[in-house]
Amino acid sequence: MKLTRRFALAAAAAAMMATAAPAMADLKFGVAAEPYPPFSSKDASGTWVGWEIDLMNAVCAQMNEKCELVEVAWDGIIPALTSKQIDVIWSSMSITAKRKETIDFTNMYYNTPTVLIGAKTGDLDITPAKLKGKVIGVQVSTIHEAYLQKYYGSAGAEIKTYATQDEANNDLAAGRLDYVQADGSALDAFLKTEQGTACCELKGQVADDPEILGEGVGGGLRKEDTAIKEKLNAAIAELAKSGKFEEITAKYPDLVGKMITPKGM
Amino acid sequence: MPRAFFFWGIMADKPGFPEILSFSPTGYGDELAWAAAISISIAILAYALGLLIGIIGALGKLGGSELTQKVLHGYTTLVRAVPELILILLLFYAGTSGLNALLAEAGFESITINGFIAGVCVLGFVQGAYSTEVLRAAIQAIPIGQIEAARAYGMSPFLQFRRITLPAMLSFAIPGMANLWLIVTKGTALLAVVGYTELTLATKQAAGNTKMYFTFYIVAGAIYLCVTLLSEQGFGWLERRVRRGQRALT
Amino acid sequence: MNSLKLAAKILIYGTLLIVAALILYWLVFHSRWSWFVEYLPLLIKGLWLTILLLVLSVVLGGLLAIPIGLVQVTGPAPLAWAAKTFCTVIRGTPLLVQLWLIYYGLGSLFPQIGMAYPGFKENFMWLIRLDGFYYALFAFTISFAGYEGEVMRGAFLGVPRGELEAARAFGMSPWKVLTRVWFPRAVRFVLPTLAGETVLQLQSTPLAFTVTVMDLMGVTSKIRQDTFRIFEPLMLLAVLYMCLTFVIVWGFSFVEKMVPQKR
Repeated sequence: MKLTRRFALAAAAAAMMATAAPAMADLKFGVAAEPYPPFSSKDASGTWVGWEIDLMNAVCAQMNEKCELVEVAWDGIIPALTSKQIDVIWSSMSITAKRKETIDFTNMYYNTPTVLIGAKTGDLDITPAKLKGKVIGVQVSTIHEAYLQKYYGSAGAEIKTYATQDEANNDLAAGRLDYVQADGSALDAFLKTEQGTACCELKGQVADDPEILGEGVGGGLRKEDTAIKEKLNAAIAELAKSGKFEEITAKYPDLVGKMITPKGM
Repeated sequence: MPRAFFFWGIMADKPGFPEILSFSPTGYGDELAWAAAISISIAILAYALGLLIGIIGALGKLGGSELTQKVLHGYTTLVRAVPELILILLLFYAGTSGLNALLAEAGFESITINGFIAGVCVLGFVQGAYSTEVLRAAIQAIPIGQIEAARAYGMSPFLQFRRITLPAMLSFAIPGMANLWLIVTKGTALLAVVGYTELTLATKQAAGNTKMYFTFYIVAGAIYLCVTLLSEQGFGWLERRVRRGQRALT
Repeated sequence: MNSLKLAAKILIYGTLLIVAALILYWLVFHSRWSWFVEYLPLLIKGLWLTILLLVLSVVLGGLLAIPIGLVQVTGPAPLAWAAKTFCTVIRGTPLLVQLWLIYYGLGSLFPQIGMAYPGFKENFMWLIRLDGFYYALFAFTISFAGYEGEVMRGAFLGVPRGELEAARAFGMSPWKVLTRVWFPRAVRFVLPTLAGETVLQLQSTPLAFTVTVMDLMGVTSKIRQDTFRIFEPLMLLAVLYMCLTFVIVWGFSFVEKMVPQKR
């Protein structure tokens, strides 16, 4: 009796693990396990939705590959790639020279301007000198953090880093921060929420620095995976040609006209 | 009116409070329940793995060669001196990439270890060190005469362990093991930091999506608390059961 | 039998040597430490914050634990019940959830309070602008108080009744009984466990980095993300925490030797 009960438990555990461990050999797309609307977030039924998720599905359909979405912590997403827990970083990661030292990227699949938002009471002038002594929030290990450290940190602003963009937005709404810097379209989505409308407004675009702010968002890849890179690039180019990018963007009215996507030849 | 709004806000962050926890597609109740099930499964498997390591470790520490004892001593000291969170980060990244590097050397395909299994292994590894100590102390607390008597009866070491050592040590081990179970259930929350969606991270995602931070963290806390209280009841019952026939301690 | 033992010995030694050799090989040929000098000032600041968090939360939490333990033994019943509930809730939920509830939960309440009371933002700016450090300190303090309150309860109960009765028979006031006999005796029970509790508290402090505190953990995770090196910063972190652990254990054993153990 005891033995059978133990077996039943073991079987249940094995079944549990089987459901938790889907079939192998799919292409694993790593997405940061955090809400980053409108690009990627989990809806109330537990499925991932957003512009970037739609694009992922379109790319996979184009390549005729089975893809699997894997949730990873943003601050561990590059290690997750290099240690082969995932095959592609598909999480609004900007292509920068610094990251290229460690990993490779597909071609750009979207690009948005970099903006600062802040409390409605604050100044609209956002030059570094003006923000001396202010507290600016940013997601850790993003191009924006590097940018803020270089221009605003050195000018006397305090930079606070957050594990997720959502936490930084929340602290801005709480009044703990004066400003937040991030991708224009992600912050635009935040400003349209009830929380965002109540507290904050767009302050403007920061002065460009291509070296830090990079050349847009691409899929992160291991350097040796050139075959995957070529396949993904071909799929992105094909989707650009067929107008799929515009089709996906049309589903997100907030994004229309706010972002640059690859143009078909 | 503002005052009423204020209290409503404190209680539930926002209108729409009860529905958001429902099990319907628009509520997060089902997500949290599933995440809680994952957390508990990880805790159970990690606890079992820790117990297995603990039994081997305790026997090794008591009866193993000098070398085995040294190795085990190093293991338990190291694990107890480094924060669990750092061990999780180290093993989560180093474990997978180290394993893959070894597999690559040996000419095998690289494998991916999903978060569930990695979580179980990491927490089990940490639990093992604590279990080793608890079980070692419990075995040492058995009056030596009982073991000598068993030996005098000519029992084989295995029979001796099964018939004498195990039942006799249980009553000493259960309070410590109960404590370890509570530690591992709460320890699963640390997997949120490496991005594995168990109860705490699911809560954070739901809270971030709905902006109802207060509501969701309190619900998550209540779930953990229920698990703890139920477990305490269970272990209390177990302890009374194994202590049948023993004199009361106080 | 003997040859079997020898084989096992060779196997264990062999594995250990291979692992050690692999780690050494990696340390010498693959690890990169060039970031160390650049981040040294930040690391020192982080170490200071970690120590500050630990010491303050242990001292404040320890002080808070005394009344929490005491009222559970003496009553009155509502206070005893409240203290017991507090301990159960703190010990029954993960510290990470408590920390996030306090930091992000309160943070999300501020705008709502501001809507209800328009003056809130001006009058309580200091509260809104409170650094993550203080939230972490608060969470760690009540957590330590919860665990240690339970220990103190046991310690107060552990003092032999006869001693308390003797003190009362001397005509000591209840306050005097507490300060002269009951509390000093209880503390002596607690002292040997305090080292272990403090080590456990040290191991909880890295969680502070999840609420923007740049403690040791926060600094190393910044290093990890800036340099894309995973193992070196984590290894350094593990070694630093080990050192801190040994300092705590050594320090407490030193203190324990100073306190006379008369029975």
